[in-house]
Amino acid sequence: MEYAVPFHWRRFKERYHLIGSVCENCGSYFYPKRSICPKCRRKGKLKDYKFSGKGRIYSYTVIRVPPSGFDEYVPYVVAIVELEEGCKIASQIVDCDPEDVRIGMPVKACFRKIREENKSGIILYGFKFRPE
Amino acid sequence: MNDMFEYMKPKRDVAIIGIGCTKFGELWDKGLKELVVEAGVKAVEDAGITGNELQLLIGGNMSGGMFAGQEHMGALLADYLGLNHIPAIRTEAACASSSVGLRIGYLAVASGLYDFVAVGGVEKMTDVYGSHATTALAGAMDQESEATIGLTFPGVYALIARRHMHEYGTTREQLAMVSVKNHKNALNNPVAHFHKSVTIEEVMNSPLIADPLRLLDCSPITDGAAAVILAPAEIAKKYTDTPVYIKASAQASDTLSIAARKDICTLEATRTAAERAYKQAGVKPEDIDLAEVHDCFTINEIIAYEDLGFCKKGEGGKFIEEGMSEIGGKIPVNPSGGLKAKGHPVGATGVAQIVEVVEQLRGEAGKRQVSGAEIGLAHNVGGSGATVVIHILSR
Repeated sequence: MEYAVPFHWRRFKERYHLIGSVCENCGSYFYPKRSICPKCRRKGKLKDYKFSGKGRIYSYTVIRVPPSGFDEYVPYVVAIVELEEGCKIASQIVDCDPEDVRIGMPVKACFRKIREENKSGIILYGFKFRPE
Repeated sequence: MNDMFEYMKPKRDVAIIGIGCTKFGELWDKGLKELVVEAGVKAVEDAGITGNELQLLIGGNMSGGMFAGQEHMGALLADYLGLNHIPAIRTEAACASSSVGLRIGYLAVASGLYDFVAVGGVEKMTDVYGSHATTALAGAMDQESEATIGLTFPGVYALIARRHMHEYGTTREQLAMVSVKNHKNALNNPVAHFHKSVTIEEVMNSPLIADPLRLLDCSPITDGAAAVILAPAEIAKKYTDTPVYIKASAQASDTLSIAARKDICTLEATRTAAERAYKQAGVKPEDIDLAEVHDCFTINEIIAYEDLGFCKKGEGGKFIEEGMSEIGGKIPVNPSGGLKAKGHPVGATGVAQIVEVVEQLRGEAGKRQVSGAEIGLAHNVGGSGATVVIHILSR
């Protein structure tokens, strides 16, 4: 999908700094940000939260057949990372051979280029994770 | 959360009196409209009613907009079926679109407000290139946090498969066995996309799509449509000698994002919908004579065995390996060939599963007939389990 700039622009801060939400009522963490806590609903109290960026790989795959816009990165690793705060997050894993990725492997967030929207569009940046 | 069926009892029972399904496959000579008309006319003829008797039309469709540039599907279906000025609705819940439609149709008849309701499903997927189709299907996951980082649908189920193998020791061979079984069953299904058997070795040597899933673990991109006609149970016998009754219609929701779930080896929406469905129908998993389950990827059939209660959590791999889900086994699963080999025109799949269960319960399934089948279950998943719909049917 190709989007107009605001679709990505409004998320820049969250994606550049790995910012999600924490509910001060129940202590749950969320990424991406939520407007209400799904557990406490209106009793919840959500605040922005900057994750430490440290976590472990919970599961992973190597994408060989990509969606539009990701051809140049194939093969690339997408994992679910369990952050030390307990929240899980989907992200690419970089700076290592796909063959070396393992469940339980410690990883840390890094700032990377995600993709180019199209020839004249914006270049998207955000977090990926690398072995710690 | 309140359980709906604690206080929601249908005002009357609902029967399926007609079914219709197109051939599934890459149907280059047929557009979306031709597919809908073919399935719809077959269902009306099978029911022995006329179009004039229909009072409500419901069509499941995941992404006419992305696959054919066509929205406003409800009215389009009414128009091309010659049913103007009937009220017509399109239902969308990714790959569970037409099961959600069936549930709405069921509620319409069960409430006493409508007598004759047509419920269909259609997807025309091969009018766009493969990468575009992959992108369209990725719309069923969380677009902002998952699709934008390059995750694909096979990728989501690969994450599930990897974790299931890690936690329960499910093997690569056991995944392959699902594909082998379903391709074998499809040999006897005239409408199936594939009439070709595959071996475990062929599955394990097919190209990697998203490790550990390979091409022959994945359901295909398929064109097709299916339809059923619903009527109040008390008058069903006027129209057919073999009405099939909807004993339960249950649905549950979960997070779109796979990462947001506590445990990805279970589809909580399947467990919840199954619990509601078994309760409404008054049956147990062991009473089910056959099931059509959502094997969009081989791992999902293994997880379905577990979450539907056919076996214990973690023992899905053993269930396929011991032949329990074969025709003739403890609970035959996907006698039609399933999404894997019958094909997966996403918006049509839910109703197509119902068509298979009805044929089985009528005893009209030919060489793939499960002998003496009296109670059948259909399990339809949207996305990676954000929507799950389960219907239990009986003779």
